[in-house]
Amino acid sequence: MAVKYLIRENAYHDSVTLMIITREAKKIEGVNEVIVGMGTELNKELAGNLNLLTPELGKITPNDFFISLDSVYDNIAKKAFALVDELLSKKKVESEDYQPSTFESALKYMPDANLVLISLPGKYAAREVKKALLNDKHVMLFSDNVTLEEEIELKKLAKQRGLLMMGPDCGTAIINHVALAFANVIRKGPIGVVGASGTGIQEVTVMIDKLGSGISQAIGTGGRDLKAEVAGIMMIEGIKALQYDPLTEVIVLISKPPDKEVARKVLSILKEGTKPSVVYFIGGDPNMIKEYGSIPGLSLEDTAHKAVAITKGVTIEDFTGFTVTEIDKIIQGEANRLNEKQRYIRGLYTGGTLCDEAMIILSALVGDIYSNIPLKPEGKLSDINKSYRHSLIDLGDDEFTRGKPHPMIDPYVRQERILSEVKDREVAIILMDFVLGFGSHPDPVGTMIPYIQKARESAAQGGRYICMISSVCGTKTDPQGLIGQEKRLKEEGVIVMPSNAQAVRLAAEIVLFKEE
Amino acid sequence: MVQERIEAANKKVMEIILNGQPTLLDIGRAQEIVPGMTEKMILHAGPPIKWEKMSGPLRGAVIGALIYEGLEVDEKEAIELAASGEISYDPCHHHNAVGPMAGVVSASMPVWILQNKAYGNYSYCTLNEGLGKVLRYGAYSDEVIKRLRWMENLLAPLLKQALKLYGPIDLKTMIAQALQMGDEGHNRNRAGTSLLIRELAPYIVQTKFSEEEKIKVLKFIDSNDHFFLNLTMPACKCTMDAAKNIEFSTIVTVMARNGTEFGIRVSGLGERWFTGPAGIVDGLLFPGYTTKDANPDIGDSVIAETAGIGGFAMAAAPAIVQFVGGSAKDAINFTLKMYEITAVENNIYKIPALDFRGTPTGIDIRKVVETGILPSINTGIAHKDPGVGQVGAGLVKPPMNCFEDALQAFVEDLENKNII
Amino acid sequence: MTKINKLFKQELKIINMGLESFNENLKKQNIKTVHVDWKPPARGNEKMISLLDKLK
Repeated sequence: MAVKYLIRENAYHDSVTLMIITREAKKIEGVNEVIVGMGTELNKELAGNLNLLTPELGKITPNDFFISLDSVYDNIAKKAFALVDELLSKKKVESEDYQPSTFESALKYMPDANLVLISLPGKYAAREVKKALLNDKHVMLFSDNVTLEEEIELKKLAKQRGLLMMGPDCGTAIINHVALAFANVIRKGPIGVVGASGTGIQEVTVMIDKLGSGISQAIGTGGRDLKAEVAGIMMIEGIKALQYDPLTEVIVLISKPPDKEVARKVLSILKEGTKPSVVYFIGGDPNMIKEYGSIPGLSLEDTAHKAVAITKGVTIEDFTGFTVTEIDKIIQGEANRLNEKQRYIRGLYTGGTLCDEAMIILSALVGDIYSNIPLKPEGKLSDINKSYRHSLIDLGDDEFTRGKPHPMIDPYVRQERILSEVKDREVAIILMDFVLGFGSHPDPVGTMIPYIQKARESAAQGGRYICMISSVCGTKTDPQGLIGQEKRLKEEGVIVMPSNAQAVRLAAEIVLFKEE
Repeated sequence: MVQERIEAANKKVMEIILNGQPTLLDIGRAQEIVPGMTEKMILHAGPPIKWEKMSGPLRGAVIGALIYEGLEVDEKEAIELAASGEISYDPCHHHNAVGPMAGVVSASMPVWILQNKAYGNYSYCTLNEGLGKVLRYGAYSDEVIKRLRWMENLLAPLLKQALKLYGPIDLKTMIAQALQMGDEGHNRNRAGTSLLIRELAPYIVQTKFSEEEKIKVLKFIDSNDHFFLNLTMPACKCTMDAAKNIEFSTIVTVMARNGTEFGIRVSGLGERWFTGPAGIVDGLLFPGYTTKDANPDIGDSVIAETAGIGGFAMAAAPAIVQFVGGSAKDAINFTLKMYEITAVENNIYKIPALDFRGTPTGIDIRKVVETGILPSINTGIAHKDPGVGQVGAGLVKPPMNCFEDALQAFVEDLENKNII
Repeated sequence: MTKINKLFKQELKIINMGLESFNENLKKQNIKTVHVDWKPPARGNEKMISLLDKLK
């Protein structure tokens, strides 16, 4: 029986802490008896009772701290002393409201964090991303105004460390079924999505959910990932991860038309894998996609339909939604309520990719489309606040949001715009998207209803009817609830289509019918 | 490379601070005990300041000290003498001393004598006069002078004898215990005062003074919750002093204010002061007073925060936060913020409300500048006119420029030494 | 298994830096999250930032 002891003079600890630590130390295998305490008469007596009181210990004062134990082997004592020290210094604070001031202190607070979501001003964002990556944390970078050079450096670093670096300008991601930033509540399922576009991911995942299927992951890469300089680093890492993921059966890619070489690279990686893939390069050439063995999507909606068809094992067909004969009545009815002068479509969009998709579909059907984000330079509006002919406006673009919140959060800009649009006697149709999900306004439709009414009244005073068409990008399980939002639009006489693509097509069909 | 040097220096500094053993040994007369003290010298709180720049409470305290010393008898002559150039003014800090509020120390005043047993260095502080109209708030009426003389002639000698009978008092342990009883060591000292009187009472009784005198002394200590403050301060002072002049260290060793300016000193920057305007305290004013009545921040008591207690231990003294209309949770959050700007958690000063986590200790000027978080200081508010007394209590912060200037000097220093 | 695939198997624990609303939305989804009360380094003072960088 060998008593090992340790004395620390003038080291104060409170008695309750020491009792708890004594109990923990006793649990160590090989420790027969142990006492951890201050050198009070009482503790010395207790130690004596346990045969743990040595002459040295007898001399200490109540201001001195001691550990005395009897163990089977010598090295156990070392272990016990180490444990005691660890317990004495381990002080984690769980205060719900405390907000650490730096990334470093946040790490101390939550050392097992695995993802850092950064929406800081662009100027400072890269610095924090780097810290996160160097600490082996995955990153979602919502911030824009991060330079291309910074993006490349950070993505290379992330790749090197095997981490996700989603962004910059990544507005949407769904990881492990958690909606990050602006994202919807989507059913769990076998489709994995990688996208370089926020609302693009939203529309596709929402459509997958509407079709009764679900997703495994939705990885965002930020809008510039497929540019030549960035070379698709994150898209490739995302694809590889989904190829390796046992819960993913089908892979979906969404992006604006990428740099050609980057497209080849990305499509090759897809080809090397064993899982089927559907690829939508918004407005891009579907042939290259076919060449590499992937299935091209023709719209966001069609992409979703094809992915779901694959999971069901049914034939893959192009999906364009309604046939003209099916909704003939609607097309005619609306066309007949418009007067001769009314012939233009005005799209007031909050989702940038939805606006893009709309422009691509519309320009193929009705000709030149003007915008603040036009397909061709000739299509750029000289004054973004004044529409011209067929115009589709991305109200979320930088020019509109400088110093103001995004229209998905704050409807003000669109409320004002709809009123000015209907003053134009040549306006026939107003197109609007409503994006639900986390991050968006709690009631996007509710905020527009009074302005839809005002707009109608204003046009009615001029003897005009305005046709209003919309789609709601949302699911039943979203906080705002798809059903309620659609219902209230319908009650206002707004035509609600099941997708952005179909809403746009309907607008085109009405215009074309009128022209006949 | 340079970061490693700084980290190593800071590590050394923190070791010294955490190993400190502030111990109360004795009481002595300022002129005999305090290094560099002379008959015509008046020490004061805060960084160096000239008579012309002194605020109300400090002026009043100087006048009071001159009257007390018998150098001049009346107020008018005292003022003339104070401005004449014959009196030399120096920070307490330049003489290993600290003083609360005006912090005035003159030759005849009795001072506590402390020693940091781990490193041998000493520190000194006057005995606390009590609350209300007292010298440290700039009062100098007959009553004040009379009390100072009583302290010199009875209180100090009696306590000196009691201390001799008792032996050295380990202040570190006493402060640690007080922190677990609702004190924070700067603005709340009731527990510490209680612990002290409990230790000394049996020995006060054994001194060779009359029963009446012993009763007076016991009552005096008992009536003043802040009696212990004048021990926590020099305890922190001798702890921090041992850590000064460690090259490459960015740890703050002194924070102090003189009612006009706030000053700091940094271990790696030697004796240099970095000063800025003393702030107005944000707090609760006693009935009848408004912020207009308040003097800017004053006193050496912020040595408490420098050493990791006071405002840094606010989570241990939630009663304090009521001065700023806060909740107990706010008190906790104030302390939690301080971990962002300090080097380590204290090994002995622990906070029950934070699960016995050690207090944030060792302010790093780099962290203050980088995070923009300034040290939180709990303090009393003095009336700006001499002699009125305390008008409230609350929270105050130092001016950021002290830390920015120190950082700049630090970098320039390294550049001059060709290290960067 | 890569770290990304490992992440797919883990419970998400998030450090949020920036918009507080993102943190609120994560809490609504019952996700463990800590919000950083972030301020620009050195309160945006460029001179101080460069001094700090010299010491790194």
